[in-house]
Amino acid sequence: MADEGGEFIDVQDLTKTFTVRRRTGLLRRTAEEVRAVDGISFTLRRGEMAGFIGPNGAGKSTTIKMLTGILTPSGGRLRVAGVDPWRERTRLVRRIGVVFGQRTTLWWDLPLRDSYGLVRRMYRVPQARFEENLARCVELLELGDLLDVPVRQLSLGQRMRGDITAALLHDPDVLYLDEPTIGLDVVSKARVREFLRTLNAERGTTVLLTTHDLSDIEQLCKRVVVIDHGRLMYDGPLAGLHEVGRGERTLVVDLERELPPIEGLTGARTVRTEGPRQWLAFPASASAAPLVSRLAAEYPLVDLSIREPDIEDVIARMYAR
Amino acid sequence: MAEELAETLPRSPGVRPRSAPGAVLSRAAWGLRAYGFIAAMWVRSTMAYRASFAIMLAANFATTSLDFAAIMIMFAQVDALGGFALPEVAFLYGTSCVAFGLSDLLLGSAERVGRRVRDGTMDVLLTRPVPVLAQLAADRFSLRRLGRITQGSLVLGWSVLRLELEWTPGRIAMVCSMVLCGAAIFGCVFVLGGAFQFWAQDASEVQNAFTYGGTTLLQYPPTLFGKELVRGVTFVVPLAFVNWLPALHVLGRDDPLGLPGWADYAAPFVALLCCALTGLVWRAGLRAYRSTGS
Repeated sequence: MADEGGEFIDVQDLTKTFTVRRRTGLLRRTAEEVRAVDGISFTLRRGEMAGFIGPNGAGKSTTIKMLTGILTPSGGRLRVAGVDPWRERTRLVRRIGVVFGQRTTLWWDLPLRDSYGLVRRMYRVPQARFEENLARCVELLELGDLLDVPVRQLSLGQRMRGDITAALLHDPDVLYLDEPTIGLDVVSKARVREFLRTLNAERGTTVLLTTHDLSDIEQLCKRVVVIDHGRLMYDGPLAGLHEVGRGERTLVVDLERELPPIEGLTGARTVRTEGPRQWLAFPASASAAPLVSRLAAEYPLVDLSIREPDIEDVIARMYAR
Repeated sequence: MAEELAETLPRSPGVRPRSAPGAVLSRAAWGLRAYGFIAAMWVRSTMAYRASFAIMLAANFATTSLDFAAIMIMFAQVDALGGFALPEVAFLYGTSCVAFGLSDLLLGSAERVGRRVRDGTMDVLLTRPVPVLAQLAADRFSLRRLGRITQGSLVLGWSVLRLELEWTPGRIAMVCSMVLCGAAIFGCVFVLGGAFQFWAQDASEVQNAFTYGGTTLLQYPPTLFGKELVRGVTFVVPLAFVNWLPALHVLGRDDPLGLPGWADYAAPFVALLCCALTGLVWRAGLRAYRSTGS
């Protein structure tokens, strides 16, 4: 096929404008045009795994909806696997899998097993292939005990794993995940991430995920695409994003007693003190280990933790430049 | 068997789906098949709780019977209503009740567009390779709606026995056509109601005009009244062709409006026209949704 090599997802100057009507008086309304996506261009190779990030309302979900054929673009060019998503929606959807973190694609009142049976028939997955894929997901995502439980009784993390399985039963070439780890506990997050990593490595599935959690990106994606206000802010490796955004990690230090702000540590500065607790900022690209060992050697250390920069901060700094 | 057939269906033809009539037909056939297996899944899942299903079915039967009970009570006082005797009224009631019951069973869920749009699950339907209407209409397919159909059929059966008419093949065909065309038209109204919600998700003012307007006028429970009023107006006009005129024909009565004789046979055409129109409106609604989002 023509789309096998090169750009698998090809987005050129994509725009989406909505008309928002607002009531300005008793009967008067004004129409206002909002550019949710404002000329975004990027491409994704087959088998690539990229993070799609940006603050709330940046246009992430709108872009994903256009990529999946749900929404019609207002302008620009868009090809996924050589297909125009909105014109040939039913043709495209057989080749893509979609997971919406905030809402389930499963049938609320049906047990997982029945939901998967419906998915199999909708996508016309041959029985043997279906069973093989299901067994694999059940094993890797530890769904064995949950197959006969109605979806509404599943916890958020269980439901997410169930949703991911449903999106993969038909061997999609691309998997879109919209906030796949939102609201999940640490164990569930780790399991989902590990699964996605395996999927990408073993099956070569192209993955595009949106997230608020920068550690998702750190653990999964070499590449990030940042958008804000519908515009492309950054497209490249994650490390570069930290440099561009001057991301900083924070070391939270608990000392034995109240001390004056820690000084003289190279590459770190104290940004806040509160009783025996102090906050030290250091560049996200630097290693925490030497800092920690020096602190432990020179100060009466009780406990410490490291906070990753959150994505909102990084983007805010990109703006401030 | 059906599985193998599915595999031989043309998959993803290179042409755009809407260009060739063949593609449209195969898409429709696929939609019907998908409707079938989704509905079957819901039936299996409700049958897991047989007792609860039996209660729901009985409740549906009982509540829908109240309509006819009201007619019976009226006839306890009078011998005829507008010149119609009880079996004749029962015939009219039975045919429209069965028709409505059928469409409610098959397409009643199509009304849930607004809620789907609001909770975002409309997007989920759009990410599946099955026509949206088939997915929506088959969702929560429930055999408890058979209660109304059973009730209507009993009334219809009773009226047929009491009517003292000669049941020629022509009359029987006319009754079948009344029920089927009526079901098609009621179904169209359900789908149109759903399609309208693609545009009117935020037009609560429109809804309020019906609900609150109804309250002040008639002091009737607003939610009930608004819905029934809309239904009444939209159902009645096409149904005149589908139920009233053929019924008069079957009963051997004159049409009070003096419409030409062919109007008695117009039902299938009216139904077809309604279906075609509904299809276009539905597509336009879905297109509007896909260009504006939720």
